Amino acid sequence: MQQLIGDLMRTFDLAQSPLRELNEELHRQTDGSNQPQWEIVNPRGGHAIAVGLDAPVKVDIRGSVGYYCAGMNKKASVTVHGSAGPGVAENMMSGRVVIKGDASQYAGATGRGGLLVIEGNASSRCGISMKGIDIVVKGNIGHMSAFMAQSGHLVVLGDAGDALGDSIYEAQLFVRGKVKSLGADCIEKEMRPEHQEALTKLLADAGIKDAKASEFRRYGSARKLYNFNIDNADAY
Amino acid sequence: MSPKIPLTTPRHSATFDDYTLSEIRRAASTGIYDIRGGGAKRRVPHFDDLLFLGASVSRYPLEGYRERCSTSVTLGTRFAKKPIELKIPITIAGMSFGALSANAKEALGRGASIAGTSTTTGDGGMTPEERGQSKTLVYQYLPSRYGMNPDDLRKADAIEVVVGQGAKPGGGGMLLGQKISDRVAEMRNLPKGIDQRSACRHPDWTGPDDLEIKILEIREITDWQKPIYVKVGGTRPYYDVALAVKAGADVIVLDGMQGGTAATQEVFIENVGLPTLACIRPAVQALQDLGMHRKVQLIVSGGIRNGADVAKALALGADAVAIGMAALVALGDNDPALDAEYAKLGTKAGCYDDWHEGRDPAGITTQDPELSKRLDPVRAGRRLANYLKVMTLEVQTIARAAGHNNIHNLEPEDLCALTIEAAAMARVPLAGTSWIPGVTGSGGL
Repeated sequence: MQQLIGDLMRTFDLAQSPLRELNEELHRQTDGSNQPQWEIVNPRGGHAIAVGLDAPVKVDIRGSVGYYCAGMNKKASVTVHGSAGPGVAENMMSGRVVIKGDASQYAGATGRGGLLVIEGNASSRCGISMKGIDIVVKGNIGHMSAFMAQSGHLVVLGDAGDALGDSIYEAQLFVRGKVKSLGADCIEKEMRPEHQEALTKLLADAGIKDAKASEFRRYGSARKLYNFNIDNADAY
Repeated sequence: MSPKIPLTTPRHSATFDDYTLSEIRRAASTGIYDIRGGGAKRRVPHFDDLLFLGASVSRYPLEGYRERCSTSVTLGTRFAKKPIELKIPITIAGMSFGALSANAKEALGRGASIAGTSTTTGDGGMTPEERGQSKTLVYQYLPSRYGMNPDDLRKADAIEVVVGQGAKPGGGGMLLGQKISDRVAEMRNLPKGIDQRSACRHPDWTGPDDLEIKILEIREITDWQKPIYVKVGGTRPYYDVALAVKAGADVIVLDGMQGGTAATQEVFIENVGLPTLACIRPAVQALQDLGMHRKVQLIVSGGIRNGADVAKALALGADAVAIGMAALVALGDNDPALDAEYAKLGTKAGCYDDWHEGRDPAGITTQDPELSKRLDPVRAGRRLANYLKVMTLEVQTIARAAGHNNIHNLEPEDLCALTIEAAAMARVPLAGTSWIPGVTGSGGL
């Protein structure tokens, strides 16, 4: 059941119509779409909502979602007015995904671009294997976050759990609060002007006004495990 | 003058044989485990231990050059809107750009397309050369997610969620610095020259219940059009296949321990996983128990070398097979014509497996531009097509001799085993008896 509300906003009720119909409709949208605004009601914790989008549409989801919401997003702006289950915005390419509540495990996993903003807390493995995505978490993040993170930025206004940045490659991590422990090959690094500048822009992009770049510490790779050496075997 | 005491002849230890001793010396010298490509080199029960019975008085054969024997197979009939139609049941297994040169990937695409079958990407994403030359391309969805993107997902003809592979079930990939060229590094978002480890498990799901949701997500992204395969290494085939079916797979790819890898630890390749022969019947049993045999298709890989191997895999219940190592040899890998160059690398033709070093004189397992140029993708593709066609003819020859007008009608009753081990694994009678160890009582003797 879909209703046309006004000229631009379209509402899709997941209590009335199946997920497959919703995603197929969203996939039909193109760069010049005349349906640029979508509202999804009654998500009821469903999985794979608004995945594979490839057009500059704005999608508001009224409620909490299950696994992989906004997975592989390109160009679209998706806002979850609730909390998100595991793997939100996994492998995102571009666009913007905002979670008003908390996010479960693997938020932004393997993401290659775009901005993911989590206004609550993120669970373990936030930004795992990230490949260019920018992630901003207003609350805390769980253990093993940014595991094997390759590139992109992870900004945390709260605290980080155990083993932050384990086996990290070239991603940059900024944490304002405490870090419980750093993972293998992850070290605190100097915050140079270019990092301050990048962080300031990320905070602005995420709409955060009550935090300054100077309050954060930067973490990244010591690059000691980039090539095999038997004497490093106990690092793992 | 004391009598001369006769000396015993020098004797090698069966336990500490030459290879074992050389490995101890290598480890002591380098301080790192041995890494190599390929699959298990040890002798394990295999298709060679099975024979076809052929037709006789009780069954009659089909004429070799006159009566049709169909070879086509459709994959992905369970959920996908667009299943894959292949002319032959022999597919090309996943091998990465990175492990292989761009020319080698293109040659695989060309050969497979001429022969009417599919090829598969690998742990390095999809290259335009490969997509362009592959009529039917399976896109692997791997734990590393290197190069993964929704555009390529939509360009693919099928998607293969890789849980594991036979050479290293439970292990991740490894691409050493020598092969991380600018192009490979860019496709994988990695610094050039590092030793790159591919993850051993997926970053955003664990276990069969999550896999079901992951498959749902991929189906939703691709509007339920593409067949979704699940690839597993041979470990616990009955349960792995049952769980993959439950998770919603259209096709299961089951890879035994002779299946190759681009590079992993020798100790892993030789000591973890099941022989291909031991995998097939438990997998088929799982499909039959669920009422899904032939509805969810089974592709078997790991040590397939000729039409007889294909026919035996099909007779045991597979719908198709996949080849990797054999396809590389068809392109020109390990060719004796290059023996002088292999000697310079401390090896010889037929034994070369240091693919991770990127110095392949055949230009196949390398990223070196000069070496890569040695492989002409058109000519190599033609060689692969020839080889695929020969194998298909061989399967038909055996199927007709067993009285079948479709190679998928081959069945376990067409087979017997030469050894008790093979009889037990393949669940076919020991030759000349009706004894299937583990299935029938010894009264069959």
